[in-house]
Amino acid sequence: MSTFLRSRWGVLAGFAAGAVLLLVAAPAALSAFNLALLGKFICFAIVAVGIGLAWGRGGMLTLGQGVFFGLGAYIMAMHLKLADASLFGGSGVPDFMSLYGSGEVPGWWEPFRSPVVTLLAVVLVPGLVALVLGLAVFKRRVKGAYFAILSQALAAAFAVFLIGQQATTGGSNGLSGFRSFFGFDLKDPSNKMMLYSIAAVVLLLALAAARQLMRSRFGELLVAVRDQEERVRFLGYDPATIKTVTYVIAAVMAGIAGALFVPIVGIISPADVGVIPSIAFLIGVAIGGRATLLGPVLGALSVAIAQTSLASTFPSFWVYFQGLLFVLVIGFMPGGLASLPRLVSRLKQRRTEQPGGAAPASAPQVPGSAVPAPATAATTPTTVPEEASR
Amino acid sequence: MRVSVTRRALIPLAAAAMATALAGCGSQISDPASANSTASSGSSCVDTSGSSVKVGFINSLSGTMAISENTVFDSLSLAAEEINAAGGVMGKQLEVISEDGASEPTKFAERAGKLIQQDCTAAVFGGWTSSSRKAMLPVFEANDALLFYPVQYEGLEASKNIFYTGATTNQQIIPALDYLAEQGTKSIFLVGSDYVFPRTANKIIQAYAKAHGMEVLGEEYAPLGSTEFSTIVNKVRDSKADAVFNTLNGDSNVAFFRQYKSVGLTAASMPVVSVSIAEEEVPGVGLENVEGQLTAWDYYQTLDTPANKKFVAAFKAKFGADRVTSDPMEAAYTSLYLWKAMVEKAGSFEVDKVQAAAGGVTFEAPEGTVTVDGENNHITKTPRIGKINSEGLIETVWSSPKAVEPDPFLASYDWAKDLAK
Repeated sequence: MSTFLRSRWGVLAGFAAGAVLLLVAAPAALSAFNLALLGKFICFAIVAVGIGLAWGRGGMLTLGQGVFFGLGAYIMAMHLKLADASLFGGSGVPDFMSLYGSGEVPGWWEPFRSPVVTLLAVVLVPGLVALVLGLAVFKRRVKGAYFAILSQALAAAFAVFLIGQQATTGGSNGLSGFRSFFGFDLKDPSNKMMLYSIAAVVLLLALAAARQLMRSRFGELLVAVRDQEERVRFLGYDPATIKTVTYVIAAVMAGIAGALFVPIVGIISPADVGVIPSIAFLIGVAIGGRATLLGPVLGALSVAIAQTSLASTFPSFWVYFQGLLFVLVIGFMPGGLASLPRLVSRLKQRRTEQPGGAAPASAPQVPGSAVPAPATAATTPTTVPEEASR
Repeated sequence: MRVSVTRRALIPLAAAAMATALAGCGSQISDPASANSTASSGSSCVDTSGSSVKVGFINSLSGTMAISENTVFDSLSLAAEEINAAGGVMGKQLEVISEDGASEPTKFAERAGKLIQQDCTAAVFGGWTSSSRKAMLPVFEANDALLFYPVQYEGLEASKNIFYTGATTNQQIIPALDYLAEQGTKSIFLVGSDYVFPRTANKIIQAYAKAHGMEVLGEEYAPLGSTEFSTIVNKVRDSKADAVFNTLNGDSNVAFFRQYKSVGLTAASMPVVSVSIAEEEVPGVGLENVEGQLTAWDYYQTLDTPANKKFVAAFKAKFGADRVTSDPMEAAYTSLYLWKAMVEKAGSFEVDKVQAAAGGVTFEAPEGTVTVDGENNHITKTPRIGKINSEGLIETVWSSPKAVEPDPFLASYDWAKDLAK
């Protein structure tokens, strides 16, 4: 079984199964409302794939992915607003601007009238911001907690900036009320289905890209940088470049996810891009298993699903539950849920080896022993130990 | 190299998946007319065949707004209980489905969608912040469903799918300014939280002041939830304004008023008119910090009307003698009764029939008789200026002689012409 999973056909079969599950089974089984919800969760999962690369593989605690998510989302939202305004209003000025602003479209909105510019910007703007930031930070060898604090501060600043710009970004209301998506009517159920399918396909593509990256030489270097940055530098590589590239990839994934989030959910507001959502992205990844390929996705999906179902029944309880889960996972299962099968099999093994049960307390943090990701990480020639870099 | 095989195989797979995704495309918008014709694609699934009918309550039961919105949820529950005890709406018992908006606009939009599409509720009640309403508005319009929004807000809106039972600006902010002007206030200082309501309110206040010869000596904003007010309070003190117009929300009021008191400012030396502090918030802000300060609302617990006595008594009986009632709670309570009256006048739970019947519907509310304006879906309200007394309740010090017609776009005020185009 495990050899099959490791073979390329096994991987292909896995992707095909994922595609069938997301593109055929889910639409057949779920109501339109729940399918849209799943579409929203898939957007979070795309962000999670990027965080898995940057944090799980690269050791960069990205506490501010909301910024890139928000950039992608706001760019898409601005385009949809402008497109709606010329399709329906005729004036070309989005409704909220004439209410709260001067009634004129600010210059920096204008480029997003063009669908092509918008699609390019969704990828390029988060990518460029991450590039500049990454170069500035990593070239100076800022790492660990300093990088985490910096990225989080950025998310906080971004949300405050958006709230202050009521006339041009909708302030705390955000942007909402989109009626068309590149000419497609957003009320039409088949168009909603199309949007969901695009998100699902993008998720699969992001996973495929992440897998190729993890298995490549670059992926090995990335893990090496995470675990022993100085040694990589002595070997003649520039860790800053490796980290920056990964950070940019994670940012681009978050940006694309944001751009898909907007037409699927129908609103983007500062509350979706600030510190709290940025941390929420991370919690899903941690719970799922940050260093694996599928862990972040499964974590993001299950946390989002659990939140939606639990929060409607126990409104104020969810926050505590999420916190508790996070503490438990970090404390007792640093590899996340994805390491569960391995943990279980190791426990079994230990029990058979030492029937007396005199084994020392389980120590999953011992380098090299807690290799998560049964299906993916194990395929790489290098072992991928969880580094105690939190 | 085996990696490349996988990669090559994945690309056509992805392309095939993308193609299937795009194959299922629906209608495209060629011209606005066709787009409007497909507007009500979300056909209603409301089931009225049984002995009960579902209604939805959507309030933030968690997050920063929970402390305020829980009170609205309570008074909505009271109204539903009373209506059910009296035989329901058109003989059908109300079955309440409650959802948590979690103080996030996106959550409100999502949960509103659930109440409409999944739960098939006949009408939805709730929302508090402007951002929650703005987030829900497109959801209700797209699904052609009904929302009853019970909180005073910044105006400049009228959706046929929303009934606004809280005050619009000409029923709260403008009367408060009229009152200040009457008291001889020549200069004011504006302090608010940084979000839509304060910013829009202050825009209106600026226009009013300009037209009425009042001087605005400063306009300061603090981020929502901010508790650092020494700079702002010092500016307020140094401005020597006659009064302060306060649109701060929630916890910020605690810090603001504490600071205000500590620099020696009092209700006598420089009164503060607040539009977001009601009976419910007074203990939180601290009675010692706000006693004697002014508020602008349309309802106070101390109002002497038969309907209010009944409402307050029923509320205390259900939730405890220590609980208080406030303007948004009263507006929420009223909203459920107004919907009931609309349905009974229409003789149907259907949205378009309820909308058609809404104009002119009245209810003997705790604040006095309210009438629905069929044009803008707001209601008539009686503005009242109150003073916070030593018990933490609010006494009416000035009341509009008669109920004020809602004018969300301030069309009847010359000086407000440029505000809403």
